[in-house]
Amino acid sequence: MRLTCPLCGPRDRREFYYYGAADYLNRPAGGDPAEWDAYLHLRDNPAGQTRDLWYHETGCAQWLLVTRDTVTHSISDVALVAAGGASGGGIAAKVKPEGSA
Amino acid sequence: MADLIAKSPLDGASITIGALTLAEFDAGRITSVAPLQGQEAALAKAFAPLGLAFPAPNRVSTGKDARLVWTSRGQAFLFGAAPAGLEAHAALTDQSDGWATLRLTGAGAAAALMRLVPLDLEAMAVEEAARAPLGHMQSILIRVEDGFEILVFRSMARTLWHEVETAMKSLAARAQI
Ligand SMILES: [Zn+2]
Repeated sequence: MRLTCPLCGPRDRREFYYYGAADYLNRPAGGDPAEWDAYLHLRDNPAGQTRDLWYHETGCAQWLLVTRDTVTHSISDVALVAAGGASGGGIAAKVKPEGSA
Repeated sequence: MADLIAKSPLDGASITIGALTLAEFDAGRITSVAPLQGQEAALAKAFAPLGLAFPAPNRVSTGKDARLVWTSRGQAFLFGAAPAGLEAHAALTDQSDGWATLRLTGAGAAAALMRLVPLDLEAMAVEEAARAPLGHMQSILIRVEDGFEILVFRSMARTLWHEVETAMKSLAARAQI
C-alpha cells in the first residue's frame, strides 16, 4: 500500500501513522455531552468510501486526509489537512510572534 | 566569553569500503526558516542577494555561500549564515547542533542507501532533497554531485553510522562474488 503525499510524493505505508476517522477534524464547538459522545465514540463502518487521518511521520510531518475504499483498498485522494482539505477549516497558520516588527 | 570547543557527533569520522566513502562533514550553521504568514515576498527579497529562493517541496536552492533545503510545509533549512533582518519575515531556530551530517559518496551510493531508504534514489537528481525514513530514523536526504548528504537527529548518529556501514559492507561483499 502506498499513499501519495501532496508534498513528498508516493511513499510506502510504513512512513505513515494512522490516527482514525476524519470525524476527528470536526470538534464540537459547545459543551453538549451528546455531541461530544458522538464526536469521540460514534463512527460509521462503511463498506466503500471512507475518509481518515494519517500522519506522514517519517516524511514531511504533515496530517493528511485520505479518501479510500474499504472494499477495493483503492486510495482515491490524499489532501493536506493544513491546506483546508477538511471541513474544519484547517489548522491555523503560523502567526507573527508578538513584539516583532 | 569563554571560547567553547564544539564537538561533532562523530568526531569527524570517515570510512571507505570498496568504491564508497562515508564521512561526517561540518555543515556549519543550520537554521530552520519558517516563513510568517504574508511575509513570503519580503522573505524572497531578503534571500535574493544570497542567490537563494525559498525551495519548492523536495528541492534545494543553491546560492553563492549558502543553501536552502526544503524540509516540510512552510519550512526550509538554511545552510550558511542567515541574512540580516530575516527574523522579521520568518520564524528562525538554530538547528546547528541538533543534527548529525554525513556524506555518502562514490559509485553505488544510491544502491547502498536504497537498502535502508524505501525511495527510488537512482531517480533523485542533484538539487533534490527528501524527508525519508532511513531504517527506523527520520532523515533528510540531499542529492549532491557525487552522492548523498544524510542528516539525522544527533542522538542517532552512531545508529546511522552502523546502518550505512553495514549496507556499504554488504554491497562490497556482493561485488566480490
Ligand atoms: Zn509528506
